Amino acid sequence: MPMQAHEIETLIKKAFPDAQITIEDLRGDGDHYSCMVVSAAFAGKSRVQQHQMVYQALDGRMGGELHALALQTRAP
Amino acid sequence: MMLEDRIKEKIGHNIASDEVVLFMKGTPVFPQCGFSAAVVGVLSHLGIKFSGVNVLEDDEIREGIKTYSDWPTIPQLYVKGEFIGGCDIVREMYETGELMEMFNTHGINVNPQPMQG
Repeated sequence: MPMQAHEIETLIKKAFPDAQITIEDLRGDGDHYSCMVVSAAFAGKSRVQQHQMVYQALDGRMGGELHALALQTRAP
Repeated sequence: MMLEDRIKEKIGHNIASDEVVLFMKGTPVFPQCGFSAAVVGVLSHLGIKFSGVNVLEDDEIREGIKTYSDWPTIPQLYVKGEFIGGCDIVREMYETGELMEMFNTHGINVNPQPMQG
């Protein structure tokens, strides 16, 4: 089952309440998204750590029901 | 999730087998996934010599590498034993020039190829 953009946003928002989140459905198929997350929680973290934090927020969905999420993260 | 020692050793052995190792779907010559192909493209464009590990040929590695790196997706790039990231990070680092810098810092030969076509 593909995930809806708002479900992705809700999960990320739960983990990073301050986050500015921009999600784009790249093909309009509910399966290939790009996502930009800007949160103060990322300050001082490496890119790998930042992405790991988002993947944790997605609670195992990444690589499973969430097939393709091109992720960009940064601190404000 | 715990990773069996045997699988952990196997993955560690793969990572140590070359300075630059890409866990990917398919082979460098014939990538079988767009994200793997994108990283192969970047590495090739920079003229980086690397070894590909085809996770489609080994389910233990395919699942194990995700736990090993704490990273849910393939491809995964390792440089001198250090996890660099997946497709998005490699692409972003390439665009900002950080990727080239990282290879230089690690003493790995970068030999940018002219764009084809």
